[in-house]
Amino acid sequence: MTRKRRRLWLLLLCGLGLGSATALTLTAFQDNLVFFRSPSDIAREIPPAGRAFRLGGLVEPGSVAKATGPDGKPEARFRVTDGPNAIPVTYAGVLPDLFREGQGVVTLGKLGPDGVFRASEVLARHDETYMPPEVADALKRSGHWNPAQGAPPPAATWNTLDPARPPTPGRSGS
Amino acid sequence: MIPEIGHFALALALALSLAQVVTGLWGAHRAEARLMSATAPLAAGVLIAVAASAGCLVWAYVVNDTTVLNVVQNSHSAKPLLYKISGTWGNHEGSMVLWVLILALCGGAVAAFGNNLPSALQARVLAILALVSFGFLAFILATSNPFQRMWPPPPDGQGLNPILQDPGLAFHPPLLYLGYVGFAVTYAFAVAALIEGRVDAAWGRWVRPWALAAWSFLTLGIALGSWWAYYELGWGGYWFWDPVENASLLPWLAGCALLHSAIVVEKREALKTWTVFLALVAFGMSLLGTFLVRSGVLTSVHAFANDPARGMVILGLLAVFIGGGFALFAWRAAAMVPTGVFAPLSREGSLVLNNLLLCSIAAVVLVGTLYPMFADLLLSEKISVGPPFFNLATLPLAVPLVLAMGFGPVLPWKRARVFPALQRLWWAALAGLGVLLLCLAIAGERIGPALGFGAAAWILFAALADIADRIALLSRPRAAWARAKGLPRAAWGGAVAHAGLGVMILGLAGMGLATDRLALLKPGESTTLAGIEYRLVGLRDVQGPNWTARRATVELRDAGRLVTTMEADKRNFAVSRMTTTEAAIHTTLLRDLYLVMGEEREGGAVLRIHDNPLAPWIWFGAAIMALGGGLSLSDRRMRVSAPAAKLARGGEARA
Repeated sequence: MTRKRRRLWLLLLCGLGLGSATALTLTAFQDNLVFFRSPSDIAREIPPAGRAFRLGGLVEPGSVAKATGPDGKPEARFRVTDGPNAIPVTYAGVLPDLFREGQGVVTLGKLGPDGVFRASEVLARHDETYMPPEVADALKRSGHWNPAQGAPPPAATWNTLDPARPPTPGRSGS
Repeated sequence: MIPEIGHFALALALALSLAQVVTGLWGAHRAEARLMSATAPLAAGVLIAVAASAGCLVWAYVVNDTTVLNVVQNSHSAKPLLYKISGTWGNHEGSMVLWVLILALCGGAVAAFGNNLPSALQARVLAILALVSFGFLAFILATSNPFQRMWPPPPDGQGLNPILQDPGLAFHPPLLYLGYVGFAVTYAFAVAALIEGRVDAAWGRWVRPWALAAWSFLTLGIALGSWWAYYELGWGGYWFWDPVENASLLPWLAGCALLHSAIVVEKREALKTWTVFLALVAFGMSLLGTFLVRSGVLTSVHAFANDPARGMVILGLLAVFIGGGFALFAWRAAAMVPTGVFAPLSREGSLVLNNLLLCSIAAVVLVGTLYPMFADLLLSEKISVGPPFFNLATLPLAVPLVLAMGFGPVLPWKRARVFPALQRLWWAALAGLGVLLLCLAIAGERIGPALGFGAAAWILFAALADIADRIALLSRPRAAWARAKGLPRAAWGGAVAHAGLGVMILGLAGMGLATDRLALLKPGESTTLAGIEYRLVGLRDVQGPNWTARRATVELRDAGRLVTTMEADKRNFAVSRMTTTEAAIHTTLLRDLYLVMGEEREGGAVLRIHDNPLAPWIWFGAAIMALGGGLSLSDRRMRVSAPAAKLARGGEARA
């Protein structure tokens, strides 16, 4: 086999590898990108039904309740707020250790037709002072913290944050 | 006083490594033997200085010196001694010191054992290594000084994050860093080869053991991290396609490709440019991993509160080392003339295919990992890419890789024919197909696990067939034992590492059949999962060395017979005001019974129970893979590189 033909073979193979990798990436991206939405985003525009997304914000103080789901499984119910808006969430599972009222939280799940977000995952953090960047950004946009005023207050002190006007579940879901 | 000595030692190491860069590069350029011979002692000096500095930091932790800011932020006097020591690298500053220490160790090893290298090559390799350590030492001293003092000293430290208070922390980061930093050595060899414009078999013989060692350590490090997450986080999973996990998988994939293509360079002197390219990529991925973990740009389980400015500096180092490497590559790569010619169907051809598929997988993982960051920067859209994406995009590439894995080792070099290869492997192929069909017949709708079991059978039997063929087990069984003893360890290592992947795939396929159940149980009540009855005996308080816990005691019964009693904790650490979940795991080696305690309510407790078939095999498989790497490393040819010494003199004469 001549050097030229060998090089052609190699190039062909490389093209095939790169092409299939690109094709696979693009097809997989189509259905599997998970978007982040804050409660205010959802109030503005309802995400398409049946598509999983991540909902993040602060756990509304006083909203966490323990309940039993329709299938008899133990459930946790709470509300995720970014100040102006809040979304009710149900989660069947063991809540992560750092889950606290008033702390930042990111949940993965789908929004039901009744406006209740059914979380399949509540993301745990390793560190008490850590604020998920998406949540920090959402709080910034909802007007709780203005970057022009300086550095963000430490996440541990955001616990006292009081949602201005919690909307009804029907409004945020309709 | 001791912290100042540590700080001074770090600065000394910085100066020494700068001297090493200059003497190495300038000396090799001017062919000045005296300058070149100074690099090895300088490398030893850097090692001593960095080791002294790391020792000072460990000392500050052990005696709980609260005048050191780093100790105050990450330690506490009530912590067990093991966690005081391992806590040294359980934070940003300390882990960077560990990184540099391992780099200095690698430099010391090249200096000590590299006498048989051409002296110009050794000087250049040491200079490049010193350049890397210079960058990181400067980074530590400028942005993350671990010896920063604090006045007035607080009465005690703030404690280490309880999740890190685990033996896992003592081994996971050092092993991982040994892997990351090992690729710095192959990178240094690649850059030195580019400067010299020459890659030969001797070069391959030196790069291969380093790639192998780095890859084996990385395998162990990743597996240990995965196991740690499995038992410590209590999520019941072993791999989450988390950005930081991907960041360690990327250099692993690139390193895996590198160690295979280095075989071709060593044996056949082909694929030279490609191997050099891979060596650059592997270290680039390691640096990228360091950047992703240390900067916190991506949401991940490793995302502790971070300082973004530090991330920018690491990104700058990444740009310098990798950008510089690739620029040199673009300029000099044409100088490397391949000599070995091979047909597409040959051992070389199969190794090219292996490289291609591994790199494609790495590319897919890289895009999936970095896409959220770019989407945030360019589209200002917060996106995450989860496990479904990675599973869907990598599995189709893994299937041909697994198929080719069986064929590669039985193909001869240069030119192969299909029929003899099939003759050796038909029964392995039949076994794989048989297992696949059997699994489909038993559990028709679960295609993924069935594919996994079939693939694992194929890999295991193909590795067996390879060894059986090499020792002529079937044709001349009497001489087989003697032949087995005479077979080079590298051949054994390759087969063992391949078989290790087979074992790991068995574990992955088994985990595909995992089931779980969430139940609220009061003491005395029970629930059933996978034929085993779980009865909550009671809930009580427990006192640990620096924690208090609520403990759920659960009895497991299989058809009325007591299997075991498990105790799952919810621990509360007073110092750091944190709660952690301690999962209880009962393993029978064939399956893990995994129990997590959730919140308490109505006098009972929420329990999450997992039944994980074959779960331990994932980590056994990884350990076997690393063992295979170690076996290969112990091959005589890897240690005694007599031809290299001969070539070395030739190289000097030419230089």
